[in-house]
Amino acid sequence: MLLHLFALLVAASTALLIFAGGLVTSTGSGLSVPDWPTTYGWFMLTFPLEKMVGGIFYEHSHRLIASGVGALIVVLAIWLWTSEPRAWVRRLGYVALGAVVTQGILGGITVLWFLPDAVSIAHAGLAQLVFCLTVSIALVTSPGWQRAYADREGPRRRNLDKTLADDSRLRAIATVTTAAIYVQIIVGATMRHTGAGLAIPDFPWAFGRLIPPVWTGPIAIHFAHRVGAVIVTTLVLATIGHVLYHHRSRGELRRPSLLLAALVAIQVTLGALTVLSGKHYIINSLHVVTGALVLGTSLVLTLRAYRARLVGPGEQTICTGAAA
Amino acid sequence: MRLDTADRKGPRRMLGLIVMAVAASACGGGPESSAPATPAPTVSPVNAETAGNIAGRITFEGTPPKPGVVRMDADPNCVQQGATSPDESVLVGDGGAIQNVFVYVKDGLGNLRFPVPSAPVVLDQKGCHYVPHVLGVQAGQSVEIVNSDPTLHNVHALAKANQEFNQGQPLPGMKFTRQFSTREVMVPFKCDVHSWMNAWVGVLDHPYFAVTAADGSFSLKGLPPGTYTIEAWHETLGTQTQSVTIGEKESKDIVFTFKA
Repeated sequence: MLLHLFALLVAASTALLIFAGGLVTSTGSGLSVPDWPTTYGWFMLTFPLEKMVGGIFYEHSHRLIASGVGALIVVLAIWLWTSEPRAWVRRLGYVALGAVVTQGILGGITVLWFLPDAVSIAHAGLAQLVFCLTVSIALVTSPGWQRAYADREGPRRRNLDKTLADDSRLRAIATVTTAAIYVQIIVGATMRHTGAGLAIPDFPWAFGRLIPPVWTGPIAIHFAHRVGAVIVTTLVLATIGHVLYHHRSRGELRRPSLLLAALVAIQVTLGALTVLSGKHYIINSLHVVTGALVLGTSLVLTLRAYRARLVGPGEQTICTGAAA
Repeated sequence: MRLDTADRKGPRRMLGLIVMAVAASACGGGPESSAPATPAPTVSPVNAETAGNIAGRITFEGTPPKPGVVRMDADPNCVQQGATSPDESVLVGDGGAIQNVFVYVKDGLGNLRFPVPSAPVVLDQKGCHYVPHVLGVQAGQSVEIVNSDPTLHNVHALAKANQEFNQGQPLPGMKFTRQFSTREVMVPFKCDVHSWMNAWVGVLDHPYFAVTAADGSFSLKGLPPGTYTIEAWHETLGTQTQSVTIGEKESKDIVFTFKA
């Protein structure tokens, strides 16, 4: 249980880090600290607080939080390595560690190379994968996952498990939804790092029309993100509808579904406000981190949809040794 | 800690070299070079006995934009020097005189090559502003960048034809020099710490450039007789060109007029 709580802390810290990264981009502070891994020649952790002014506040804070998250993931990986009996969960820890190290190096490279779009977009995309890994570890170390959400016993429960285990349609639509959210985030990162965030200045219309009357690269990227939002919202609604219609009694599916609905509503609102506010840096950054939360929630729902198939109807646990 | 980030050695420098080497191999570029391929002449090719001048003034027609102000409260050290300061992007004075217009010979010098001044031009950071806001320099000439502020700055030159650089100056009094190897009008400078700080540097392969003063005047002296394309560049108002012909020892006055 302690490991699960720690994994939750790591996942929450990673979300905070993504918000801090959003602030760096939104305030245009990415190059306010020109060196890396040092900060104006200082070792990162000894940089004087009184010098954290202007854009340095955002960039250096991002680096400090990233260092903290990196350290937490190191501890998490070691903890899993030493106490987790499931090899595949231990491997998740190693992958998370490798991903966060790679992420740090990408962050340094993008500074030293003056924020090339490709590297910055890769940095944004890998951040989401690191978050997904920490969310996954937190999920699979949870007591609920380890007992396969078997809160009740008896024939009714077994029937419910069998219904879910046989529901390949839910697994398919949840997987597609999660993948679509990730693609949408990458398109958003591309829009963000290529400066196309206000290429279409009005909302919900595009230059007063449904389809932009003129096309440029930035307009195309921006419009693709809007179309992506419609696709993702449709897929999310389909997933939620399926869960509520077929598996309403399963709390482990119903709760993330409802949370997903709320988060998508917030995210669409934040997206609109980002445009209407002229990319206010707080709104813009909240849009970034809410995107991560949408992805993480959809991932949890997807993994839980697979859980019944992994355990099989009637079986309570596949990893008794890990159950705390 | 070594104070001058430009001179820092050790692991960071090693990493920087590795990164630059990888970047160079990936992009097909070479390491930062600051010198022209062949040495510049030491003597001017222009006959002073026949040289002429082009002078003039840049004016604004119509109602000039209302002067803006920039807030500097992102850094308490800057606030100490004034909570706000004038926005330098358009400075229109008496009689519509426009300051900070870069005027230069865009075309007409043929293959003439000119000596590179040994004295550097100075770009200072003072009052959390670049001083001057617009300046010119010859390719190969040193630009000395100074931090006269009680706070730290990063000096970020977003060059396209030349090598982009971004270097920190964490302490007051720090300075470093850079050179641009090829012509580029203009190279934007910015400080990412203080988002309002920017400057423009025009890099040319000849000495015939000027920046208009508060009265909008400029002067290009010592030009050989000939026909020239003169361009006036302003950071927000755009560019204008004129063709001007001068004879031996002739001086001509021209006027550029920008409109809202």
